[in-house]
Amino acid sequence: MTVALSGKDIAARVEEKLPGSLEDSGDDYLLVKADSLVAVAEFLKNTESLNFDYFNFVTAVDYYSYFEVVYRLESVEHNHSIVIKTRCYDRDNPAVPSLAGLWQGANFQEREVYDLMGIKFEGHPNLKRMFLWDGFEGHPLRKDWNK
Amino acid sequence: MTTTEIMTLKTEPFVLNFGPVHPSTHGVYRMRTTLDGEVVIDLEPVVGYLHRGIEKLTEERTYGGIIPLTDRLDYISPMSNNLAYCLAVEKLAGIKIPERAEYIRVIMAELQRLANHCIAVGSFLNDAGAYFTPFMYTFRERERIVDLFEMVCGQRLTYNYMRIGGVSQDIPEEFLPALNKLLDRLAVFIEEYETLLKENEILLARSKGVGILERDIAIACGMSGPVARASGIKRDLRKDDPYSIYDRFEFDIATCENGDCYDRYRVRIEEMRQSLCILRQAVKDIPGGPVKADVPHLIRPPAGEAYGHLEAPKGELGFYIVSDNSIAPYRCHIRPTSLINLGALRDMVKGWKVADLIIIFGSIDITMGEVDR
Amino acid sequence: MEVGEERRYIYSAEEIDRYEGQLIEDLKARSTEPIPDPDTWLEEEGKRHIMLTTVDTVINWAKRSSIWPVICFPACCAFEFIAAEGPRFDLSRFGMEILRASPRQADLMITAGTLTWKMAPNVHRIYNQMPEPKWVIAMGACAISGGIFRSSYAVVPGYNRIIPVDVYVPGCPPRPEALIYAVQMLQKKIAREKVVPDLPEFLQKGK
Repeated sequence: MTVALSGKDIAARVEEKLPGSLEDSGDDYLLVKADSLVAVAEFLKNTESLNFDYFNFVTAVDYYSYFEVVYRLESVEHNHSIVIKTRCYDRDNPAVPSLAGLWQGANFQEREVYDLMGIKFEGHPNLKRMFLWDGFEGHPLRKDWNK
Repeated sequence: MTTTEIMTLKTEPFVLNFGPVHPSTHGVYRMRTTLDGEVVIDLEPVVGYLHRGIEKLTEERTYGGIIPLTDRLDYISPMSNNLAYCLAVEKLAGIKIPERAEYIRVIMAELQRLANHCIAVGSFLNDAGAYFTPFMYTFRERERIVDLFEMVCGQRLTYNYMRIGGVSQDIPEEFLPALNKLLDRLAVFIEEYETLLKENEILLARSKGVGILERDIAIACGMSGPVARASGIKRDLRKDDPYSIYDRFEFDIATCENGDCYDRYRVRIEEMRQSLCILRQAVKDIPGGPVKADVPHLIRPPAGEAYGHLEAPKGELGFYIVSDNSIAPYRCHIRPTSLINLGALRDMVKGWKVADLIIIFGSIDITMGEVDR
Repeated sequence: MEVGEERRYIYSAEEIDRYEGQLIEDLKARSTEPIPDPDTWLEEEGKRHIMLTTVDTVINWAKRSSIWPVICFPACCAFEFIAAEGPRFDLSRFGMEILRASPRQADLMITAGTLTWKMAPNVHRIYNQMPEPKWVIAMGACAISGGIFRSSYAVVPGYNRIIPVDVYVPGCPPRPEALIYAVQMLQKKIAREKVVPDLPEFLQKGK
């Protein structure tokens, strides 16, 4: 059974190693500050007992006042999972560091989030539109987009 | 002894476009390949030719009304799509499913896996060059499975059969005897098919050792399904994170070591055998009772989020649903199995020739409806 | 275009993307009204010349008995089309034996799937590459009017914005039997076409 690790326990471990990187934590998620996202992700990937080497998916939700980017990571060896979230409060130019350097699976999915939501991923090797064509105006999945 | 002058031929790599309309690519998929002669150096997939905006359309429909949209995602295995979505909503709303509905769901999901692998294996051999003959054989068997689906829900392709809380209607009386007959027939068919293909020289020469996907790259890319299992990752959601009642059935997970095209073919054939095994157990134990829980028509799950996933025939298909206690979801994200499985195509293809590119792409088994949504 | 020494290829990927995006936007701006269906044969019903009918019949019989479709399979309806070509609902007994990969060798385009604006210039180009005489069957609800995806931002509301359509087949997806019926309707339509042009007025009977 894939165990969804408790957010509070993992938050305690992350705070110990990288203090000040978390904004909040819940029962099954960690809310990470945008600038320390790469450091936290690297910690989760490389720590021996955590070993989150399987990148499941990344998506974004538009909550009017902020965008929330949701990542789900799993470990093949230990069979456990965790959800990491990060928020962008800037509506005109939202930006989040890219995890494509750590996990190859993040490459296409981050391009999709950029295309449909407009969130830029800094450090992504090839950030351009994926599903929509080059001259399309706007980002359709935003709540304030109209045809 | 005379020395001959060797004339060095100056070559240059060029970009060749495998356009969206191409007889071998499975749907509207475009690749910009950089070739040096016949050898592939680089590959850039261009997708989006079937992007219909399903995720945006789900925000305008009620929870029950999204099920027909999910049919059109991976249109070769719609039962699995419906089931994945229903699992996500039931997790969010905390609904318990009656026993008979669970058994019917398992039967439909495994039949769908058989039907999907029929097409996957058939089109893999189509790409390998056996123009249409194996495809027609497997299509004949798929027609029999689709007949059973038509008996249950009246449709041949987009079933819309699962509902939140169960299934939409009970199976008719003639379904189980017909299913038993089909299981015997399919067991014979798989053996017959294997006899023709397992030791076939041409298939071995074209697919053994071709397009090897290493285990580390597969894990880093997030691969799932038969492609990942052929590379040695022993991961199947039916065993690792059992959903529905899969923990009551005994079956094996098919894995292989090398990760080449031939291994992916072997994994699919073995999965078909395991599906027959699960179906026999399910048919034996199916109880009576209602087939749908008492769920309101316009369901309003409590505010929150949930991720429901299952082992679809192509890999892990999941739905991430965010709800704000209204009749339509706030956000519904579909974890696209085929798009994620495409992530490793570039690594699999580098150094192989154009003909191998086609067969490697065919062995991953993707559907553009799921890539583009 | 000057090819400098540091550039490896003539066109960079960004230029190709921008050029193709421009093509899509231009096509979208041009296709605001559906193209009217080619129904000219409806007025011709009355004018039948005895001398030239035989030639028409023979030529039309040859045209309709071996229509070869082009492979253009966007989405789900493709699988019902393949099933129709399969061993159970055999379409090759109606002459549609071979699916031609190259549009230059095909006469019929069966549009099996949803059309998106990104794909539209390519479908238009394939249609233009097919030589005359050519016909189009719009298969499925998505091809007729956009279907279940009509309110989406990326879907063309029906193929007849881009190419003229001869036969519409409703269904989502239409059963293979419906597709066979559509092919037969198309064959009846081809049988009524006039291949040989009208005789000049002073030679027509009774005038």
